[in-house]
Amino acid sequence: MNIPIYLDNNATTPMDPRVLEAMLPYFTTKFGNAASRNHPFGWVAEEGVDYAREQVAKLIGASEKEIIFTSGATESDNLAIKGVFEMYKEKGNHIITTVTEHKAVLDACKHVEKLGGKVTYLPVKEDGLVDLAVLEAAMTNETILVSVMYGNNEIGVIQPIKEISAIAHKYGALFMTDAVQAVGKIPVDVNADGIDLLALSAHKIYGPKGVGALYVRRKGPRVKVTAQMDGGGHERGMRSGTLNVPGIVGLGKACELCGQEMESEAKRLSALRDKLQAALTVLEESYVNGNVEHRLPHVANISFKYVEGEGLMMAMKDLAVSSGSACTSASLEPSYVLKSLGLSDDLAHSSIRFGLGRFTTEEEVDYAVEVTKTAVNHLRDLSPLWEMFKEGIDLDSIEWAEH
Amino acid sequence: MAYSDKVIDHYTNPRNVGTLDKASHKVGTGLVGAPECGDVMRLQIEVGDDNIITDAKFKTFGCGSAIASSSLATEWLKGKTIDDAMKIDNMDIVEELALPPVKIHCSVLAEDAIKAAINDFRVKNGMEAIESEKSHH
Repeated sequence: MNIPIYLDNNATTPMDPRVLEAMLPYFTTKFGNAASRNHPFGWVAEEGVDYAREQVAKLIGASEKEIIFTSGATESDNLAIKGVFEMYKEKGNHIITTVTEHKAVLDACKHVEKLGGKVTYLPVKEDGLVDLAVLEAAMTNETILVSVMYGNNEIGVIQPIKEISAIAHKYGALFMTDAVQAVGKIPVDVNADGIDLLALSAHKIYGPKGVGALYVRRKGPRVKVTAQMDGGGHERGMRSGTLNVPGIVGLGKACELCGQEMESEAKRLSALRDKLQAALTVLEESYVNGNVEHRLPHVANISFKYVEGEGLMMAMKDLAVSSGSACTSASLEPSYVLKSLGLSDDLAHSSIRFGLGRFTTEEEVDYAVEVTKTAVNHLRDLSPLWEMFKEGIDLDSIEWAEH
Repeated sequence: MAYSDKVIDHYTNPRNVGTLDKASHKVGTGLVGAPECGDVMRLQIEVGDDNIITDAKFKTFGCGSAIASSSLATEWLKGKTIDDAMKIDNMDIVEELALPPVKIHCSVLAEDAIKAAINDFRVKNGMEAIESEKSHH
């Protein structure tokens, strides 16, 4: 077992050596520009890209012609939201999304608002799921796009994607999903799920950083997005720029491996995650955040009341995890995702996200449990709030000085 | 974020963690911060004859820098008169612990806790509370 232990697989994943192996020739001998049509160097690179396009498409039940390669999911989200708005703004100017989306979606939506679009940011229920009745009530005949993430990066909840896309389609809107955390972890099928646009990223599925894709439906309906990057007209005119061939090959290989191993991995990881969660919720005043039934197999987000997340992480220095505490950010605001579940600020500050992955072992999980328990107990011994709680003092009865 | 060795030292081996009898007339208690802001410090002093601080204890809910700032504060308080203790400036803590700009608020909180504890003691013992010349709020 190597220390420190990496349990932050929602932030990024280590690259699978098999992915690296597939990529290596495309840095050296197969270095051609995939757009060079008149010599073998270009053809070989193009072949690699075409194969990767099939591998990506297969993982999400799409056709290879529907895959647009990008620099990552942030670009895919931007292209989808801004591109749909520009393409369809004559039809309507309203977009619906949720408050728990990734910043790439939220900030792209804010950009659309500056361009004159209207955006509805749906609240979520206490368990993090979208209320379908609230979504339906927000639909208008001006609504051109509904964008709801598949699985949440902080709490791992899986939205009812089929039901959401059905509502979008009933009102003639397109449905887009940021599926960065879900693709490769759970079955995602663009046809069964009614998805018109889907953003994914390589580095969350054991592939390289700096490459991702946007799925854009070609049939029923044929979806178009206005390019956000002008240039040589690559990727069916939707995304110009010389293709990142080694990265794309790596993304393809990563998708292929996920397709083969996802089912057994999901079982293995959910068992490990459940073990970790069960062992940690034995601690007094610890709470799991988000819906636990509709949840990605590898994620557990737990709040340990009366200790502060960043201080806690410091005591867990042998573990790489993340916290909804915002003590490191300049704003000093805790996680907006946790707050949108209705969590009080102090519980949001007290949260730790455990993100397991392909290379996580049971031994590591057992060690993580021990380290976390020791850290929580150590910090509670230091915590005036814990002492007050133990004395039966109602913390809400105290007038705290805001600072 | 990388922490300085001194922050890590105070965080790992916090000095003077604990609780003094807040009902005692010799004890002053300062409770500052708020749970929703992610930091709460409770700093207590016990004051002997000649207004010299004989003991100091803390408990802190917060990040490593907040814990280290309050631990350091208790070390500095012991042996000082309450008048000298009033002169402890948050920037002294910043300097000693090499706190980065984003953590300066932790030192401010520690200074506030010191002043609140001293004022609590003063008021208990018939002295006037001393208004701080600078306001951080």
